[in-house]
Amino acid sequence: MLPVPYRVQRRRQESHDTFTLELSRSGSAPGLEFAPGQFNMLYAFGAGEVPISISGDPARPDVIAHTTRVVGGVTRVLSRLRRGGTVGLRGPFGNGWPLEQSRGRDVVIVAGGIGLAPLRALLYALTANRGRFARIALVYGARTPEDVLFGAELERWRTSADVEIAVTVDRATESWAGRVGVVTALLRRLSFDPANAVGMICGPEVMMRYAAAELLSRGVAPDSIFLSIERNMKCAVGHCGHCLFGPLFICRDGPVFPYERVETTLRVAEL
Amino acid sequence: MKDLEHLLREHPFASGLPSAALSLLVGCASNVQYEPGEYLFRTGEPADRFFILRHGEVAVEVYAAGRGRITIETAGEGDVLGWSWLVPPHRWLFDGRAITLTRAIALDGACLRAKCEANHDLGYELLKRVTHVMAERLTSARLQVLDLYGDGSGDVV
Repeated sequence: MLPVPYRVQRRRQESHDTFTLELSRSGSAPGLEFAPGQFNMLYAFGAGEVPISISGDPARPDVIAHTTRVVGGVTRVLSRLRRGGTVGLRGPFGNGWPLEQSRGRDVVIVAGGIGLAPLRALLYALTANRGRFARIALVYGARTPEDVLFGAELERWRTSADVEIAVTVDRATESWAGRVGVVTALLRRLSFDPANAVGMICGPEVMMRYAAAELLSRGVAPDSIFLSIERNMKCAVGHCGHCLFGPLFICRDGPVFPYERVETTLRVAEL
Repeated sequence: MKDLEHLLREHPFASGLPSAALSLLVGCASNVQYEPGEYLFRTGEPADRFFILRHGEVAVEVYAAGRGRITIETAGEGDVLGWSWLVPPHRWLFDGRAITLTRAIALDGACLRAKCEANHDLGYELLKRVTHVMAERLTSARLQVLDLYGDGSGDVV
């Protein structure tokens, strides 16, 4: 439960408000094994602690990457860290994406905005074991072309890892030659085998609900659709109750849930 | 090469139509092709057709002074594009510009309207299918204006 000091090895500005911190423990301390989809609690000294999904490569436990957006006081302090800076880290917490359940099946990944970050760790794992899966497709929606994250990696996965990637933006200027529209429209055009597909979705909850509905309408089973839900995690171990989501603790029981387990709760406005 | 009837029957827009209705549809259909940059339709022009895209991508755009062309949505393979042919005054409300080489089935709106007036069963079938397309467009537009990725709701913190 105590934060362990980690050093910033690298800081990368992904967009005007989104950045990635690559963290390592000092000296010969062992790396941090994690599953794609898990999160860490990052402690910015003097500011507070926040839960942030791990966006890095699970095969590189010595480099723990976190991609987040500046949305509050803690993330603002984290964004100001530079190489050599120190953060406290607790984790990893929660469960991960259902990799074993996806073996031999089509994997349809739906990302919205910063929701691509925890799915990036998943894509590292999928592409490292490409032969274990049938079709892998990522549909990704961003606000504007300038907000599209991990462009170089998306291109690499597209060209060398046989990942079908479609990107769309909500708004674009004349210089954007890509698609404009919502991710659900991309899902409608995607070719896959619904009876043998697993859907993995991360993004704003409204977008996830519509993406899940689209997958259901295509014939994907409710127990084969997974959502990563992000709420107000504080203790990260299911004690404090801040992230209570109906009968579920997001931090302990999630953050990845089968759609059928959260479908009803997602529609409760008071939660 | 597949004929128009075969192509239409395979598309969700026409799938399940009785053979007679499909034949009426085919009677109003033609194959069309557009080079990149070419317009399928322009704002204000008579909306005398709609399109079932077979290949390529089309930007649905509006021109704004000082801002240039603004793309509202990109339509792609399999999409049904255009419903102004069914709704008076039958004028296009936006521009449709081919981004890539685009192949489509064009359906003559005046021809279809006449057949729907003469055959209300066909008219009702087509109306249900066009309404589905309109509902999808409306839902997409509503999600787009929510600006979901801009409010932090996808973030952990």
